Amino acid sequence: MDLAEVKRIGALARLDLGEEETAAMSDQLTRILDYVAQLEALDTTGVEPTTHPVTLGEAFRDDAVRPSLPTEAALANAPATDGASFIVPRIL
Amino acid sequence: MAADSDLARLTLHEARDRVTAGEVTSAELTEACVARIEEVEGSVHAFAHRTTDEALAQAAARDAARPDPLPPLWGLPIAVKDNICTQGLPTTCGSKLLANFRPVYDSFVARRLEEAGAVILGKANMDEFAMGSSCENSALGPTHNPHDLERVPGGSSGGSAAAVAADECLAALGSDTGGSIRQPACFCGVVGLKPTYGRVSRNGLVAFASSLDQIGPLTKDARDAALLLGVIAGHDPDDSTSACQPVPNYEAALEAEVAGLTIGIPKEYFGGGLDPAVEEAVRAAIATYESLGATTVEVSLPHTEQAVATYYLVATAEASSNLGRFDGIRYGVRQEGKDLLDVYKRTREEGFGAEVKRRIMLGTFALSAGYYDAYYGKAMAVRTLIRNDFDAAFGQCDLLLTPTAPTPPFRLGEKLDDPLTMYLSDIFTIAVSLAGLPAVSFPTGTTAAGLPLGAQLIGRHFDEARLLAMVHAFEATGQGRPLPAL
Repeated sequence: MDLAEVKRIGALARLDLGEEETAAMSDQLTRILDYVAQLEALDTTGVEPTTHPVTLGEAFRDDAVRPSLPTEAALANAPATDGASFIVPRIL
Repeated sequence: MAADSDLARLTLHEARDRVTAGEVTSAELTEACVARIEEVEGSVHAFAHRTTDEALAQAAARDAARPDPLPPLWGLPIAVKDNICTQGLPTTCGSKLLANFRPVYDSFVARRLEEAGAVILGKANMDEFAMGSSCENSALGPTHNPHDLERVPGGSSGGSAAAVAADECLAALGSDTGGSIRQPACFCGVVGLKPTYGRVSRNGLVAFASSLDQIGPLTKDARDAALLLGVIAGHDPDDSTSACQPVPNYEAALEAEVAGLTIGIPKEYFGGGLDPAVEEAVRAAIATYESLGATTVEVSLPHTEQAVATYYLVATAEASSNLGRFDGIRYGVRQEGKDLLDVYKRTREEGFGAEVKRRIMLGTFALSAGYYDAYYGKAMAVRTLIRNDFDAAFGQCDLLLTPTAPTPPFRLGEKLDDPLTMYLSDIFTIAVSLAGLPAVSFPTGTTAAGLPLGAQLIGRHFDEARLLAMVHAFEATGQGRPLPAL
């Protein structure tokens, strides 16, 4: 994975990687991707993917109204609030 | 009355029996653990956060109440991994990003602990967001192995394992995604059980890889693991992946016979790279089980070699999605920026450590347009082949016995600069996680230098009772956990 690709993925992942970090990441991810490339050798034609390791039934429950977190609790850990909402920089 | 430090050395069930008989109070047990923490914590650093005042108040309240019948963990001090939400107590996942986070609700398991009457001594140190195999990736500094302070305790639940091994608590909860309970249990000489995926609710466990994560006990013996699992297991309507299967009485099931069982020995787990001391200990455990009347059969898990590669695509893909929530808006330490995108990027850049960023990058790559099928899609298909291997093996045997880790505990710093080598230290625990199977690591003695060794028993889905009975039978031959000189 070259430097440009690391930067592109970093932007997708919302990481502001520095130059040194980008270079180290390029080396390390390249080695890891070389290692995982061994999977290519396996024939998986027609093999169903596993998304969930244990077969359970569908999890249904009644669509009943239950109390949710009070506003005060939901905001308790937020870096910035006005007491009713999360505060973020202007986007418009 | 016993001296303080002796009370901290009790197992969970011994303490339970004494509290039940009225021979010891929760305050005495809690004070004994606090005294032990003060004695050794400076060198071990098992805790990310100590909640001593809250624990002592909780202990006093337990002693004052004593309901009849007494709930199963009444007044017993335990440690909880720092990625398990505990209302009002720090839950930082070993990350700078969550340094100030205090959950506004309890996880399912924390509620179960409260109902059972446990006392929470503190939050156990861990690799950041449970990503690591050595506990060195904690923003709060590494934990040291109580058996050799120059060595790692394993990870990511290294703090939980070290706290139990050093008698800083009676038992602990950890979480396991690719080996994070079993490998540290092995390195620290304690019992560590990863339950079947879905056996324990993940509600309130900070998510790493949602199709793999499970909470489980780290304890001084098999009976303690049975006791603690019985408290935390069961269906939770708030976790759609939690199983409805009835919860057996694990403690009553401990006496089940080993004689007549067939133990499968996967040949792929005994290849090159296995430390001779580890192999010798596992072979000795096999001989012990044979002497108890079990038979052994060699089995094959042909896709063992691909498990680590599969895991590091599946787990990182899920992590890159799960960790998207840490953006500095609803919780965590925000870094200000020129616009919203800049807030996200700077918050995450500053807040996450190197290993977490590496895994987010790998997962984002594996899920990105043009690479999804070749990486994530391929890994999900190989995951099916790995599950099929276990299904086939269980056609020939009742359970499997393997090493837990390829080497004894390694030195602090030894693998820190080499992520791939660190990943390969999970080689024997990862396939089990991909298949969602239950597995337990238990102590099998030490190296000549006194470093703990362990072996892993793997069961069919929801066969935890049999695994614990097997460990209990092993312990009954006089082979318990090694005690650190600390």
